[in-house]
Amino acid sequence: MQLRPGIADPEGLTIASGLRALGFATVTEVRSGKLLRISFEAGEVDQARALIEAMCRRLLANPVMEIATWEVRADDEPSEEARLA
Amino acid sequence: MSGPRVAVIVFPGTWSDRDFLDIAPVVGWDAGPVWHTERDLPAVDAVVLPGGFAHGDYLRTGAIARFSPIMAAVETFVASGGPVLGSCNGFQILCEAGMLPGALLRNDHLEFRCDWQWLRVESPASCPAWLGEAADGQPIRLPISHGEGRFYADNATLMELEATGRVVLRYAEADGRVTPDANPNGSLRGIAGITNARGNVLGLMPHPERAAEAEVGGSDGLAILRSLAAWLDEQPVAAERRL
Repeated sequence: MQLRPGIADPEGLTIASGLRALGFATVTEVRSGKLLRISFEAGEVDQARALIEAMCRRLLANPVMEIATWEVRADDEPSEEARLA
Repeated sequence: MSGPRVAVIVFPGTWSDRDFLDIAPVVGWDAGPVWHTERDLPAVDAVVLPGGFAHGDYLRTGAIARFSPIMAAVETFVASGGPVLGSCNGFQILCEAGMLPGALLRNDHLEFRCDWQWLRVESPASCPAWLGEAADGQPIRLPISHGEGRFYADNATLMELEATGRVVLRYAEADGRVTPDANPNGSLRGIAGITNARGNVLGLMPHPERAAEAEVGGSDGLAILRSLAAWLDEQPVAAERRL
């Protein structure tokens, strides 16, 4: 979940200026947000997506100020995330 | 005749409930706590949602609290025209629940702000149960204590609030002027408090309950807290309910 485009995000602005101060001069914008990792059972991917959308609508995101994006991954799918060791 | 009967809703993490209960005798309220898992309100004239960090403010401020069982009863109470006051976290919960428009975001400077703050009362007639004793344009001084008080609403909502006189409190200088410097959190248009279309719900970030006695530094909160009894006395239905 992150603030809608156009809504001032002071946390993102502060992080961006921190990165630029460290020499990452090409950083133009940081938008902060919240990441949730949710484990649940679903029959198939479409059903899982529908469930996540329902969760977002009901509780996880406040449409007044937030947008939500999500990604569904099955248990046996390998993660494609790059990570720090 | 006894004073207004007021239910003070308590969630896990609420902290201003005891302040409201403490000053109840000062403002003439017959007030009692109601735990958030209750499904019904007792017979009351008004409901207060106090400040704090209900359910830890996890996910978003008020996001979990709005689904507490008591909130369905609060919504029914609001729909019946009953007066509801939400201060600080209570304001955030009312916005999450859709009983007030907009949302409260992280302060623009990212700091928690705990201070005395001047405010200007506007359009008190829009919310007579809670501002009937205040004058239009009156500067009042109340404590603020929040990290997420930046009022936000989209342009259409802001225009509607302004056009219908539903912005009832703005951050201001001591003389009542609304200036950018007086704004402690980056709220759009310096908005500190709003009311709903019907005018029975007041949401405000400041804490009137912490300014009810001169001994604590100020008593301007009485303008809000004492309005309730005066308003109830003018309501035939409410008078009947209180017999």
